[in-house]
Amino acid sequence: MLKVAGLKAGYGRTQVLFGIDLEVNAGEIVTIIGANGAGKTSTLRSISGLTQIYSGEIEFKGRPIKGLPPEEITRLGVAHCPEGRQILQRLTVEENLLAGYISNRGRSFDEIRTQVYDMFPVLKERRHSLASRMSGGQQQMLAIGRSLMATPELLMLDEPSLGLAPKIINQIFEIIITLSKSGISLIVVEQNAAVALEIADYAYVIDAGRCSVEGGANNVLNDPDLKAAYLGA
Amino acid sequence: MGNSVIVRRLGLLAVLALCVLLLSLVPFMPSYYVRVVDSILIYIILAVGLNLVVGYAGLLDLGFIAFYAVGAYAYALLASGQFDIHLPFIVVLFIGAAAGAIAGVLLGFPVLKLRGDYLAIVTLSFGEIIRIAINNADDITNGPQGIAGLDRANLFGLPLTSPVHFYWLLLVLTVLVCAGVYYMERSILGKAWRALREDQDVVRGLGINTTTLKLLAFALSAAIGGAGGVIFGSFQRFVSPESFTFQESLLVVLIIIIGGVGNIVGVIAGAVVLVVLPEVLHFAAQYRLLIYGVVLVTVIVLRPGGLVSPRFNLGFIIRKVRTLWLSPSKT
Repeated sequence: MLKVAGLKAGYGRTQVLFGIDLEVNAGEIVTIIGANGAGKTSTLRSISGLTQIYSGEIEFKGRPIKGLPPEEITRLGVAHCPEGRQILQRLTVEENLLAGYISNRGRSFDEIRTQVYDMFPVLKERRHSLASRMSGGQQQMLAIGRSLMATPELLMLDEPSLGLAPKIINQIFEIIITLSKSGISLIVVEQNAAVALEIADYAYVIDAGRCSVEGGANNVLNDPDLKAAYLGA
Repeated sequence: MGNSVIVRRLGLLAVLALCVLLLSLVPFMPSYYVRVVDSILIYIILAVGLNLVVGYAGLLDLGFIAFYAVGAYAYALLASGQFDIHLPFIVVLFIGAAAGAIAGVLLGFPVLKLRGDYLAIVTLSFGEIIRIAINNADDITNGPQGIAGLDRANLFGLPLTSPVHFYWLLLVLTVLVCAGVYYMERSILGKAWRALREDQDVVRGLGINTTTLKLLAFALSAAIGGAGGVIFGSFQRFVSPESFTFQESLLVVLIIIIGGVGNIVGVIAGAVVLVVLPEVLHFAAQYRLLIYGVVLVTVIVLRPGGLVSPRFNLGFIIRKVRTLWLSPSKT
């Protein structure tokens, strides 16, 4: 579904990615783990067209998407749920969902909104509240719901567990599994590697802008070196 | 229910009747007062237009008066003896709006990547550049002398000569502009602007084309400014660069800030206050500007969000009226 080859990217003269190769097959959950500043977020931002790409190839459903503007990439079916949730604080829950819908040219707002509300009943309950009044977990649900409004085939979640209580993290990862079962392919970027590897099919470890290790999530989970480095065991 | 509903409905009717009565009394007032009301209406149109950019899209534009100048000079060049072109008022009204929109996009492109203070500085300069260009283009605009003797406007045969004629024209246009902007505010475009105002980076990441969104705000707002300028030109029948200084841009921005950013009702209140205030302060002669400044600072200190609360907007009023009329038991 998604193929990234030799991706080099950065911000102006500061190069951050030095050759990322990764692949996501349809229906898979792929996780990208790595230390702070390794280039996980930049990888996602490059895929969705938000970061300047120096060289490399990105293909989505067999179509090159490198260099396309973000709105075009979203329209082709790639949604990006940013790090730190990035909820539009002074808009209501429903207005946030609408903002996620604007790029969508196809199905009706009401139809998708109903699906999102079915998945996150708390959003429906609080649809007219200001987004800033929601708890961290609810805001993360809103952020995911907002990305779903674009009806993506590939959803990229950047640190969905950031700053959330363990109980809520479990809830969010349950949701990710549900999404995967509904047929959406997912890339989950996480610092919380243990949880991410548990639900993922395949994993990439990024280190200083390069893919250092990759493999089935189970293998990576049991890799002794990685255990020492990322899982603290 | 019963009685109280009838009383409430009568109250509503009384308020509406009072508004209509006040508006229809204006033409019978002395000419000076009609001119003040005309001036209020022009500033309402300008401020509601600028509010699209400042209030909804959240882009501070300090050069708005440039579009007003473009409209006014459109009329001056296309309906006067200057080049002996005498197009009808209504045609120039559309040309002025279109010219404004084009100027808006021209300003929009270079400032797309600028934010906050930088955007304010560049738009301010743009306003000045237009004024200085007009001032120096002697062959076309007569420079600082301005263009006099513009055609008397008429609308489908009805002459527009006295302040009262312009009062009716401006009243209709004000209602149209307010209704149009209100409709836009509620449309998906309006919601997208509000999202843009909240956080442009996030909005871009959601797959929204922020370039189009910003240019559209600039173009629509500038078109309203251009149309306002055409009316101004036809009303004064004289234009000169002096009418389009930075002070004027500032006044329109102040109307929005004092009234209530992003709120049409607030903008109307702001225009009334800021246009009427200097007039009633005439008695204080040399202290006028001082008092004006003190009043502005007081408002900003006491009500930083503007005179009119963001909750008291056009939508709120329309909802109130509608529920009172259709299903009064709910109120």
